[in-house]
Amino acid sequence: MSKGNASAAAPLVKASNGDALIEIHDLNKHFNLGGGQILKAVSDVNLKIGRGETLGVVGESGCGKSTMGRTVMRLYEPTSGNVMFDGKSLYDLKGSQMKAVRRDMQMIFQDPYASLNPRMTITDVIGEALDIHKLAGSRAERKKKVESLLDVVGLNPDHATRYPHEFSGGQRQRIGIARALAVQPKFIIADEPISALDVSIQAQVVNLMQDLQRQMGLTYLFIAHDLSMVKHISDRVAVMYLGRVVELAESSELYANPAHPYTQALLSAIPIPDPDIEAERERIELKGELPSPINPPSGCPFRTRCPLATEKCAKDTPALAEVKKGHFAACHYASV
Amino acid sequence: MERILEVKDLRVNFKVRGGIVQAVRGVNFHVNKGETVAIVGESGCGKSVTAQSLMRLVPSPPAVTTGSILFKGEEVLTKSLRQMENVRGKEMGMIFQDPMTSLNPTLTIGKQITEGLVKHQGMSAAAAKQRAIEMLKLVGIPNPESRVNQYPHEFSGGMRQRGMIAIALACNPSLLIADEPTTALDVTVQAQIMNVMKDLQVKFGTSIILITHDLGVVADVADRVIVMYAGKVVESGKTRDIFKNPKHPYTRGLLESVPRLDQKKDEPLIPIYGTPPDLIKPPAGCAFAARCKEAMRVCLPNDPALVSVEGEDHRAACWLNHELAHPISSEGGESA
Repeated sequence: MSKGNASAAAPLVKASNGDALIEIHDLNKHFNLGGGQILKAVSDVNLKIGRGETLGVVGESGCGKSTMGRTVMRLYEPTSGNVMFDGKSLYDLKGSQMKAVRRDMQMIFQDPYASLNPRMTITDVIGEALDIHKLAGSRAERKKKVESLLDVVGLNPDHATRYPHEFSGGQRQRIGIARALAVQPKFIIADEPISALDVSIQAQVVNLMQDLQRQMGLTYLFIAHDLSMVKHISDRVAVMYLGRVVELAESSELYANPAHPYTQALLSAIPIPDPDIEAERERIELKGELPSPINPPSGCPFRTRCPLATEKCAKDTPALAEVKKGHFAACHYASV
Repeated sequence: MERILEVKDLRVNFKVRGGIVQAVRGVNFHVNKGETVAIVGESGCGKSVTAQSLMRLVPSPPAVTTGSILFKGEEVLTKSLRQMENVRGKEMGMIFQDPMTSLNPTLTIGKQITEGLVKHQGMSAAAAKQRAIEMLKLVGIPNPESRVNQYPHEFSGGMRQRGMIAIALACNPSLLIADEPTTALDVTVQAQIMNVMKDLQVKFGTSIILITHDLGVVADVADRVIVMYAGKVVESGKTRDIFKNPKHPYTRGLLESVPRLDQKKDEPLIPIYGTPPDLIKPPAGCAFAARCKEAMRVCLPNDPALVSVEGEDHRAACWLNHELAHPISSEGGESA
């Protein structure tokens, strides 16, 4: 890495419990659909993400994981709740203060074909971020910084003058990562960063993200529906269902001892690439489909598909409670 | 065992500006009655083109298809378009990846199921509708009597895929081609859909060709696996042999690059570096050699044939399986 990246010398920081970079308090995001219909995309989410930590968020489509990520980035204004980012109350920031914080938080998108402007060269795709935050004094410095960023993500700096269509999906995702890194952020939200890529390429991109995290002390919010990959990359994992976090634990603990019946079903649904294991595995098949977030069930959102549901579940919404040290579940009948 | 499909030396070339893309380059395989054969490989390896050729769905021109496809003893490639109409939907059914775009939005689900029944089996409209309701019930759609009159937009993604299975299986075809049937679905829904397919296969004795990149799904449902790379079959065999004793470095690479849910320790993923070759100018030798960690001098100029290796009906196209093979590294860094 060249001197353009101050981050090269950053010490290795790993998940620490005390010092949170991001604290999400009682976050709600509702969309008004008109006609009195309100879609509750995110409900009462409380999460902390430590510096240098990777928090994985998993759940079925429509569970609110992307909306949660975007609200934390303040791409959406929240309906209620608060996010503390690096000690600052995010939703209270105005104009230039917010712009300064935007530099610290960046996003990597799902679709590497749609998220790069086809009319811009790679130099400009990455350089635009430098321009907005005035991080390059001269054209020569800008060029140099772009080239060193391409080098960091494993692309040939000579290709800086090419256009996005000249790159493969995996290479484009590397360009997206280089663009996110250009402003030397502290925090990156990766929203399904690998789901559009082939399996052999997914491993390349995930390894790159892990290397960069180690070198630069980055904090990740990794949103995905591929539970095996989330387990691989995350320190802790939050499981979402109908806008709520229903379980939260360290990644190995969550996968070894899932406490919430939804997590148990989700994990049992993932096929394992081993025919001997598959032949013996019992699947918990969930009945029915995800209820509509416009009209969520009363009480526990999962009760309509839950094998353990009782009358109590229809009345009281279970809170996210600690079932074991560092392991939280929102279920009246959580197993430990 | 009765072979219902036998593909011999299938080649599909597309004329494009700048040359001829050799999408499928001499593929041989067969499918027995009632078995599930999975075709796996990266995007662009020719797996979908192979599957579409079986039903003559590849537009010609620009495609030029040669070789032989024997389906129930009859040559598919020389049939007239009118004769093909009696194969498509009746003898072979197909399920596509994206249930959102592959159903006709202007016709009710019922109409789309009965279309084939009326055409192929000469059923009356009333009898066909009765059968459509039965089919919807079989694939697990609740309230089939009212659902049969609904349009695709009134169905969720998983329900549409069930509807598509109902359409494909209505005429009780001997062969079902499923091209990435669960890729667009959540894991919990994927488990439901795979169960529906397995149940119906047992009930009707249908043979299934499953095209997927998800090795977990393959381990769960396939009897045999065909691994494709750059338009060729590089390995084929019983599912257990492919997973437990892969004989091609590409197959090993695919298996190593996916994280497994049941892995205890988080070891770094092993990606396959590089990208697949350009099929306008495919390499003279082994197409995988440029990305292969175990490549030898012989691999670059000479294309290995698909030969029998350890295990029943297990074949691989790799020089490493040759009795004289030894890796480059043992020759003291000599480059090929």
